[in-house]
Amino acid sequence: MATDTHAATGHEAEAAHGAAEAAASAPGMPQLDFSNWGNQIFWLLITLVVIYFVLSRIALPRIAAVLAERQGTITNDIAAAEDLKRQAVEAEEAYNKALVDARAEAQAIIAQNKAEMQAELDAALAKADTEIAAKAAESEKAIAEIRASAVESVEAVAKEAAQEIVAALGGKADAAAVADAVTNRIKG
Amino acid sequence: MEGQLAHIGAGLAAIGSGAAAIGVGNVAGNFLAGALRNPSAAASQTATLFIGIAFAEALGIFSFLVALLLMFAV
Amino acid sequence: MATEAHGAEEGGLVFHPMDQFIIKPLFGGDEIGLFTITNATLWMALTVLAIVGLLVFGSSRRAIVPSRGQSVAELAYGFVYKMVEDVTGKDGVKYFPYIMTLFMFIVMANFLGLIPMSFTTTSHFAVTVVLALLVFLTVTILGFVKNGTGFLGLFWVSSAPLPLRPILAIIELISYFVRPVSHSIRLAGNVMAGHAVIKVFAGFAAIAVISPVSVVAITAMYGLEVLVAFIQAYVFTILTCVYLKDALHPHH
Repeated sequence: MATDTHAATGHEAEAAHGAAEAAASAPGMPQLDFSNWGNQIFWLLITLVVIYFVLSRIALPRIAAVLAERQGTITNDIAAAEDLKRQAVEAEEAYNKALVDARAEAQAIIAQNKAEMQAELDAALAKADTEIAAKAAESEKAIAEIRASAVESVEAVAKEAAQEIVAALGGKADAAAVADAVTNRIKG
Repeated sequence: MEGQLAHIGAGLAAIGSGAAAIGVGNVAGNFLAGALRNPSAAASQTATLFIGIAFAEALGIFSFLVALLLMFAV
Repeated sequence: MATEAHGAEEGGLVFHPMDQFIIKPLFGGDEIGLFTITNATLWMALTVLAIVGLLVFGSSRRAIVPSRGQSVAELAYGFVYKMVEDVTGKDGVKYFPYIMTLFMFIVMANFLGLIPMSFTTTSHFAVTVVLALLVFLTVTILGFVKNGTGFLGLFWVSSAPLPLRPILAIIELISYFVRPVSHSIRLAGNVMAGHAVIKVFAGFAAIAVISPVSVVAITAMYGLEVLVAFIQAYVFTILTCVYLKDALHPHH
């Protein structure tokens, strides 16, 4: 299309509407104005060459290096992370093992203590039993003695009492006969 | 008169853009249908999708170009 | 994106969607010689600066944990590198700087062109045709250097039945020579179309009733254009890779 001043001043009336506009502005599409192709192509080629050299010499190798470096870092970091993870797992296993050991030891100590206590208890119980048995036997013996002596005393008292009663009744007491009779009575 | 005929011609040429739209829609729609059937293969075919769209669209652009030529260059 | 001056002077509903693509000398004068500094030159230079800023200064700290700029630089590197490697195979990797140059130039020029009042260098056929021809010539020469006459096997489809092969060869030959045409027109056409459409919507904004709709439409188109700016760069690059693969391995 024509320059601004041209359109504005010269052909204002026809340029306003319709087909006259196309006629007024020389080549309708600036793209098809071949007079400026040489200029555009010249600058385009320069642009492309500049971009190509900037990219191939500076930018692309640098970005490739950065990407490779990052890939390396990531690989290393992953390896390191795996290593750490393995160590952590090992530590956990060791900890668990220690825990199990400690628990087993504690169990053993408890069992031992329990056994010892049981043994002591048993011994004490046995001792107590024997003592008690001895005491009981002693007591029985004492009781038996007491009873024997009591029976003897009762016999003696009974004989005396019988002689006295016989005497009091006026009979002539034969001491031996009375004693025999009392003894028989008590026994029988 | 001739200029007005050219404008009518430009309008007719613009119909081609609609045809190109149908073509692009076909390509994209069929791609989507295929991609939903087999989503795992879809990612590898996006380049083909764009090439197909580009070819379909180029013809529409040709008709647009014809319209422009009729409007401004005839 | 373009000069708004004479739309305002004339008033009313006047569209000048193509004015934004006019090439003007920056420092006075009307003649555009071969070495004249024009607005196209300026925006190409800005594209170079943007690329240098992103890829050179962005990566200058060489940090293991990347900053934002470095992440973007690495992302772009990885994106294009993976594309080249996936499409052309291991032996295509040595052409990676060339393809990266194309990609970075196109994507940066497209994005810079989306800045309001800027100039989009990739909307000009002069630029895209040169880009496409560079690819075409490189690929063709490379194909013959690498494979000798075996490169012609690209046109001789040995899997087809024998009587069909000459016909297929003609079709393949035509499609081979149409490649640079579609390659270049696709990029310039997409960029130009988007910018022109935005401009047309902007023209509608002169009518007060429609202007809110127009503003919404411009916003939506702008979003689409951001997408297109990237996708077209991607498509251009991946087609370059595909053509390169054809040159390196003509027997599919």
